[in-house]
Amino acid sequence: MCLAIPARLVELLPGEQAIVNLGGIRKTISIALIDSVEVGDYVIVHVGHAIGKIDPEEAARTLAMFGELAEAGSEPVSPPMKAAA
Amino acid sequence: MKYIDEFRDGDIARKIGARLAEEVQPARQYSFMEFCGGHTHAISRYGIAEMLPPNVRMVHGPGCPVCVLPIGRIDLAIKLALEFGVIVCTYGDTMRVPASNSLSLVKAKARGGDIRMVYSAADALEIARQNPEREVVFFAIGFETTTPPTALAIRDAQRAQLKNFSVLCCHVLTPSAITHILESPEVRQYGTVPIDGFVGPAHVSIVIGSQPYEHFSDEYRKPVVIAGFEPLDVMQAVLMLVRQVNEGRAEVENEFSRVVSREGNLQAQALVSEIFELRTTFEWRGLGEVPYSALKIRPSYAQFDAECRFDLRYQPVADNKACECGAILRGVKKPTDCKIFGTVCTPENPVGSCMVSSEGACAAHYSYGRFRDIPVVVESI
Ligand code: SF4
Repeated sequence: MCLAIPARLVELLPGEQAIVNLGGIRKTISIALIDSVEVGDYVIVHVGHAIGKIDPEEAARTLAMFGELAEAGSEPVSPPMKAAA
Repeated sequence: MKYIDEFRDGDIARKIGARLAEEVQPARQYSFMEFCGGHTHAISRYGIAEMLPPNVRMVHGPGCPVCVLPIGRIDLAIKLALEFGVIVCTYGDTMRVPASNSLSLVKAKARGGDIRMVYSAADALEIARQNPEREVVFFAIGFETTTPPTALAIRDAQRAQLKNFSVLCCHVLTPSAITHILESPEVRQYGTVPIDGFVGPAHVSIVIGSQPYEHFSDEYRKPVVIAGFEPLDVMQAVLMLVRQVNEGRAEVENEFSRVVSREGNLQAQALVSEIFELRTTFEWRGLGEVPYSALKIRPSYAQFDAECRFDLRYQPVADNKACECGAILRGVKKPTDCKIFGTVCTPENPVGSCMVSSEGACAAHYSYGRFRDIPVVVESI
């Protein structure tokens, strides 16, 4: 019910509508709830409406945080314990 | 798909798991409530519970709008279809929730009710446009994520001067539900349901921002980490919560900064407050009456309010006695504590609401977790 997915805007249409590409499927959605989007932006689509924009820099930062953490985790400061399987 | 696959990498998940195992203090128990059904779903589906150290426990919260919708509200929608002969449009999940007299919207449809599943509020509006001689009601449920599209439909209906469209508004608010849980006797009486922190909503926060959660860290000293719905997001959020607990901090942190800001989507918020106002009280399944926890349509838009238009009166209805949904929604019980879980009550034939949507605690556990039950039962205290 609350699930929403990231999709790339591929075309802007009149009447606050746009076409997004959802993993190969094109779908018309409403962009009335967000301001200033451009073709190429990634938006979060929920029940047919874009509700927010994805910030690519923040996304990269979050991924890097996982990465750094992964490296830090393998540093033998204290020997990493096995996660409960 | 971009922004999905990268956040599902199993190797990184295991590394975050290892990190967690290293950082948890062995003598301590950690209990975190994931408020959103989306997180519940991710935790079950990706086996996150197994990757967490044994002393970290996830408690399911009431964050599935289908699960918290009380029977009396579904009865109203059924009444509209069967007694008033209106076209009732609603989201798919809502259709299967059991209501009074062994009915559900699906069964009411089989009895001749004109009940249609729609993908969005805009589709309901379109049905109203195509059927000017019929009354069309959109049965609107959902948290803050789903509210702006409903507000937009009402605004558009007004602009188009549609005379046959109205909304049965059952939109509810996340922060009030969290407050209610924190104020509930089970939680206040520390020991029954210890909650050391919350995994905060993902998509709700896109709309309302992270700011409304600051109250929980300030007033109740509970850490909140807003997290995305992908498995790495959830793992990372748990790690951030563990760190806050270890360091004695209670802050709102934002793991989902790729979409969530502190202020949220101001445009959506403005539209919502133009169309809706707070209800003084609203009944939730499992939580009972929760003050200021839901929205109703403002009097200036009364013609689009199905409750005014059809003079509907809400009647509370007790849940099925065997069903433990209420306790599950408050985080007091687990799906397997329900005697009819997986036997009488299954996703094909749900008795309670938690078995309906894939984000419900019972449905999530039924689909992904039930084969792991035996070791889980042995491990738990
Ligand atoms: S198994 Fe069914 S009846 Fe029992 S708590 Fe879950 S949804 Fe309710």
